[in-house]
Amino acid sequence: MTDSPGLHFKTFLLILMIVVFAPLGNVLLGKGMKTVGPATHWALADLWSVFIRICSSGYIWLGVASLMTFFVAYMLVLTWADYSYVQPASSFSYAMVALLGYLLLGEVITPLRWLGIAMICLGVLIVGHTPPRTTAVKV
Amino acid sequence: MREFLLLCVIVVAGTGGELCVTRAMKQIGEVTDFRPSALIRFILKTLVVAWMWIGIAMMTIAFFALLAALSFENVSFVVPVTALSYAAGAVGAVLFLRERISFQRWIGVLIVCAGVTIVLLSKH
Repeated sequence: MTDSPGLHFKTFLLILMIVVFAPLGNVLLGKGMKTVGPATHWALADLWSVFIRICSSGYIWLGVASLMTFFVAYMLVLTWADYSYVQPASSFSYAMVALLGYLLLGEVITPLRWLGIAMICLGVLIVGHTPPRTTAVKV
Repeated sequence: MREFLLLCVIVVAGTGGELCVTRAMKQIGEVTDFRPSALIRFILKTLVVAWMWIGIAMMTIAFFALLAALSFENVSFVVPVTALSYAAGAVGAVLFLRERISFQRWIGVLIVCAGVTIVLLSKH
């Protein structure tokens, strides 16, 4: 494929969207579920009323919309960029979700947890930096 | 206990769902035609593959387990722990999709597992 002008900018923009919208979606889901509250009994009637409250929560729908935006951006970028190029970028999502949880939800994140999250990012970065196709391709 | 169970469901059902969808996609084959009419035909084709529906069902279960976990647990705890899906994905890819996993990828998976362990420890 020949590089069209603006290809790098387009790729950068979509990767930025991936790194922002996936964590934002999870943070919004977290916010929504804190308002809905946990199911007290795991009886069917109780679960049903929780389900209704989930469906009527604005934060949940915003979270779902944000995750859908992420998914579309992800699919789009994969139509031209290599998976092994895109996937390491998504490792930053784990740091981003902690950062957004701290900034938007006021979650307390201990230094130990930051260390764990940093290791997860590093691990995901290494996982992604390998050939994406190992199965034989039929010719 | 309830929490542990939910985290297991998120990781196992989520990864299982992705593996099933991957299997369905491999069955359909590589997409080379991106015209809208071809994409609609592609979507219709995915809907008749059984693995696709099993995958969608598992992903739905994982999504509601995630919501349940988020109702009483911090986002900065739950989401990093779900990174265990990289380990589950690697094991599943070997057993279920017959992919070969490179040494370097296993190292990455091990580091992810170590990071998740630290995040789990940070709770107490």
